[in-house]
Amino acid sequence: MRTNEKLYLLWRKAKNNAMLAFSLACLLLALVPLVLIFSYTLIQGISAINLDFFIQMPKPVGETGGGMANALVGTGILIGLGGLFGLPVGILAGIYLAEYGDNPLGGTVRFLADVLSGIPSIIVGVVAYIIVVLPMKHFSALAGGVALGILMIPTVTRTTEEMIRLVPQSYREAGLAIGIPRWKTTLRIILPTALKGITTGILLAIARAAGETAPLLFTALGNRFWSTAIDQPIGSLTVFIYDYAKSPFEDWIRQAWGAAFVLIALIFALSVIFRIVTRSRYAEH
Amino acid sequence: MRSIDLATTSERKVMDVPSDQPSPAAKAGEPAKMVARNVDAFFGKTQALKKVSLEVATNRVLAIIGPSGCGKSTFLRCLNRMHEVASGTMKGTITLDGQNILQIDEVNLRRRVGMVFQKPNPFPTMSIFDNVAAGLRFNGHHNRKHLAEVVERCLRQAALWDEVKDSLNKSGMSISGGQQQRLCIARTLAVSPEVVLMDEPASALDPLSTAKIEELIYELKQNYTIAIVTHNMQQAARVSDMTAFFYLGELIEIGETKRIFTTPEKRQTEDYITGRFG
Repeated sequence: MRTNEKLYLLWRKAKNNAMLAFSLACLLLALVPLVLIFSYTLIQGISAINLDFFIQMPKPVGETGGGMANALVGTGILIGLGGLFGLPVGILAGIYLAEYGDNPLGGTVRFLADVLSGIPSIIVGVVAYIIVVLPMKHFSALAGGVALGILMIPTVTRTTEEMIRLVPQSYREAGLAIGIPRWKTTLRIILPTALKGITTGILLAIARAAGETAPLLFTALGNRFWSTAIDQPIGSLTVFIYDYAKSPFEDWIRQAWGAAFVLIALIFALSVIFRIVTRSRYAEH
Repeated sequence: MRSIDLATTSERKVMDVPSDQPSPAAKAGEPAKMVARNVDAFFGKTQALKKVSLEVATNRVLAIIGPSGCGKSTFLRCLNRMHEVASGTMKGTITLDGQNILQIDEVNLRRRVGMVFQKPNPFPTMSIFDNVAAGLRFNGHHNRKHLAEVVERCLRQAALWDEVKDSLNKSGMSISGGQQQRLCIARTLAVSPEVVLMDEPASALDPLSTAKIEELIYELKQNYTIAIVTHNMQQAARVSDMTAFFYLGELIEIGETKRIFTTPEKRQTEDYITGRFG
């Protein structure tokens, strides 16, 4: 009897350890692609990265050197336009869902926002192509911005909603109980309280939009020349990587790696900011 | 807890008050500030109040007591239509100075009938000053001098001025719980309400802070009509002129506090205040 118990104990511990080892192995496996991508991009791209890479324009085909200043600025403009279209809609929709959304309409909007966040981004690109590019009859930064804006909406909507819901009901009641109208209570008391969380959602949406390529290919198109006009095609980091990586020139491929590394670093930086913002939010409470 | 507790606390200044003032009956000629008639309240299908009728006398303190879930907080919320915020519905009539509160715009009503909550809830993103000024500022008053005057007056009325006058720009969350609750009272006073409703205002506070809040209530009734919900029967005995006992959504008994605590008419009231149930 006693030996049986001992054996059983050993067997149980062995199973426990096997399970632990298995999950650990899976964890490492999951980390492999992440580490590989980061290190490989860094190794391949580091030689392309210097000051010129950031401040110079692309050189004509055949010449080596040059930079991607236009793509960097282009990505900035596209994100700016995307934010201009996507953030107000997302934030206001989030406020609606949190404050007035406990009805069938709210439920439908919430469901659609979740569906929208799952729609492949290339489809969103097609939508922007149809509603902006076709009427304007040419590609433009505006169309790219619309596509990115649509992509930002679901993330921003849902984070805004969640963050506003986290604000204790007692603050809402406190505002209403001293005769502050409902909309003002929401805007001046609830929104500032939830601001840090909402900022996180915005950063997350921007980071995701910054990495989009597919919807930009047939909206913003890409541009090898300096352009800040929003009604003209505009370059972006992702399309720059796409164009350069499939080119036959060794120097361009090297630059594509460099741009890829810059993009990853940018998104990484945004994620770090995101982390810091969320951490301080929890530290306060 | 026994009604004899009344005697142990009777040395307190606030305790003697009801007796050396004219009784509510003597003021019968004065119309009540708020009158409730046959008030039913529902949350979804649950009925929280059944045919409650009572009067809140002008410049008096009404204490509402009763076991948890008896509807006392619901009734308080009905008085300034805060029950609507939690999607409650109400039947029957409540009047403020004779006017049906359902015919008063709810924002205006809440300016006239303010509310202090159980848990101190200063606005977390605002300074002490801004907390008190919020009600005026968000209703279009921006004159700095006027705001500063109101903030000082209300903080003095809430007996908080001396403790925070040098740190008005600090966060409203940086002060102690008891101070936060007095800050919330000052915030409520800033919009010059006529009635102040208090939902267990001291239940989250230590005895010292509780005593301060009670003294404050005694001071405030010179200028305001007050209704306070409390679980603490000594507190009801100390601060109120009238006491109403609620049980299972019904008003069982209402009367002068002294009488309720010494010679209650109803058996349930007696059982509750002597601690036999609840």
